[in-house]
Amino acid sequence: MIKLNEIKRAFLVSAWFIFLTFPIMVIRINPVEHIVEWRWKNMALVGIGSFFLSFVWNYLMKQKEPGFKKTETAEKTDTIPPLPPARRIQREKRIYIPALVAIGTLTIVFPFIFSMYQTNIMVSALIYIMLGLGLNIVVGLAGLLDLGYVAFYAVGAYAYALLNYHFGISFWMALPIGGVLGAVFGILLGFPVLRLRGDYLAIVTLGFGEIIHIILQNWNEFSFGPSGIANIPRPSLFGIDLSVHSSTIYIYYIMIGLCIVTIFVVNRLQNSRIGRAWVALREDELACQAMGIDKAKTKLTAFALGATLASMAGVVFAAKTTFVNPASFTIWESIIILCIVVMGGMGSIIGVIAGALVLILTPEYLRAFSEYRMLAFGTMLVVMMIFRPGGFIPDVRRIYKFEGVKSMDKS
Amino acid sequence: MECALKVQNLSMDFGGLRALDDLDLDVGRNEIVALIGPNGAGKTTFFNCITGIYPPTEGDVLISARGKDRLERINGIKPNKVTEKGLARTFQNIRLFPNMTVLENVMIGRHCRMHAGILGAVLRGPSTTREEKEAVKDSYAILEKIGLAQFVNEFAKNLSYGAQRRLEIARAMATEPFLLLLDEPAAGMNPNETRELDELIKQIRDKEGISILLIEHDMKLVMSMSDRIFVVDYGRKIAQGTPNEIRNNPVVIKAYLGEEADA
Ligand SMILES: Nc1ncnc2c1ncn2[C@@H]1O[C@H](COP(=O)(O)OP(=O)(O)OP(=O)(O)O)[C@@H](O)[C@H]1O
Ligand SMILES: [Mg+2]
Repeated sequence: MIKLNEIKRAFLVSAWFIFLTFPIMVIRINPVEHIVEWRWKNMALVGIGSFFLSFVWNYLMKQKEPGFKKTETAEKTDTIPPLPPARRIQREKRIYIPALVAIGTLTIVFPFIFSMYQTNIMVSALIYIMLGLGLNIVVGLAGLLDLGYVAFYAVGAYAYALLNYHFGISFWMALPIGGVLGAVFGILLGFPVLRLRGDYLAIVTLGFGEIIHIILQNWNEFSFGPSGIANIPRPSLFGIDLSVHSSTIYIYYIMIGLCIVTIFVVNRLQNSRIGRAWVALREDELACQAMGIDKAKTKLTAFALGATLASMAGVVFAAKTTFVNPASFTIWESIIILCIVVMGGMGSIIGVIAGALVLILTPEYLRAFSEYRMLAFGTMLVVMMIFRPGGFIPDVRRIYKFEGVKSMDKS
Repeated sequence: MECALKVQNLSMDFGGLRALDDLDLDVGRNEIVALIGPNGAGKTTFFNCITGIYPPTEGDVLISARGKDRLERINGIKPNKVTEKGLARTFQNIRLFPNMTVLENVMIGRHCRMHAGILGAVLRGPSTTREEKEAVKDSYAILEKIGLAQFVNEFAKNLSYGAQRRLEIARAMATEPFLLLLDEPAAGMNPNETRELDELIKQIRDKEGISILLIEHDMKLVMSMSDRIFVVDYGRKIAQGTPNEIRNNPVVIKAYLGEEADA
């Protein structure tokens, strides 16, 4: 039932929106002919639109509330609350294994059934998956809000570009070198911020990201400034240079391989002594130290690992585009990666993968609406934070279940 | 008596405020010692100085781990190093890891006694697997001792207040301390829980051979279990002695009751 006061409220909302948007949506001054246009039709559209959106909003908010109450009562009556869907799928072997096989097959045949354009987009998405998983270690697990993450991505890309330019180093050599350089930079930038937390850390890391960007932009002798470095070779297969088409496919498989390794490493780390220390650090820094965890070491490993992954992704990026310039490494990039982690689900590997796919693929396929991309992006963020604050797929970190001493010995 | 902890002339300044003033204190092996005093006396600050959270302005903190006869100076070293050396603590305002399970909380306590590094964790060789299994088993054994085994897979934030306080003790025990520092362990507990706690602390001392230094406002608990009591007020030690001596000490009564004592 629609109540009267709901109509009244929706009406007020639409009146407010009409008022707010009046100057930009209704009045148009034509400076050439010195006339003022009154676009009353727009006003009507804004009014009707916001009236209906207000209804939808109210409806969604109401949907949210009972669900909230349900979980609360579940806790009180001591029954086991229903598992989140992602968990349930993981538990159910019958769904899990065929799903994995299907996804696996699709990933393998992807470049052969889809066009090169699609494959290229997919490679971008895979690069962002890797970046997201790396930042997830820093932000999602260790709880260190890093807004300058793109700096490490740039380190990798420029490492390959410059090493190749000056010394002719190949992609396969640059990949590990980039990883090590990333780790070094992670530790170098990590040291000064060891004492910082939360917003202070965010601001300082933001500054670091900008410093790297500005250096690349202005230090012409070193980085060739805004014009960047071109003609970076694509990876070669056993010394054979590939055509553009086959090298795209090749990079696709390289990226799939890197993502699988990354997932494996992050998953193993998450369920280990190191991963537990990261999570504990996120939960309570002081208690963590008092329990004998070396805060500095734990933070630096998180920074270094995250940076290594970003840097290796950067090497692939340089090889993929064959051209790097500072414009690819702006603060905006850091924010997208952070959005991937936050929207996907902090601390959750599947969540980050889902986040990267949604955030990178949707804009590509919605090019037609590209003018409204930012608007859609913002709206999605706000709506997500209200209705799914834990992200698409909230943290499904394997928690240490104790199943009795006997079953422990058996396994 | 053999000494586990010896604190000499400890002072701590916060800007112009002298929170601790020339404090001496010692805890013997297998002893339960209480540190009492009115609110704001500097008790928690004293713990923070010993455990490396604040570097003391003046004075020495000396410890002697089990089996060592020499005292070792530990002031100025980092909190995690202090814990590694065998001092573990709980916090006055509970500081658990709320979104980790009870078992995981205790496993964090095992962290400094484990060795797996990044490479070990990624490769997960036999020694890492064994270490992880042992950590789970040891942590569970501690939970059984403390009486929290039934909550093993609960999130720490879902435990009752009393259970959370006990979990803090369990977590501290997991670091294999020789001296346990408890900051108001009975705060917020009902009489029943307090009685159990009394029992538990005595057991930790008797069965595990762990010395205990505790801050507590519950006088009944303090009097029943302490071997010795230190009383501080305004950062200064005003009395020390056995529970009986403290009970009848006019200076202590005055500090606690203020003007009423004169009447
Ligand atoms: N970090 C700090 N900075 C400045 N002053 C502090 C700090 N920590 C404690 N103090 C001050 O030191 C004094 C002692 O505080 P402390 O917390 O040690 O008291 P306490 O004996 O533990 O009291 P309570 O029984 O209420 O826990 C107080 O005056 C307090 O305001
Ligand atoms: Mg206190």
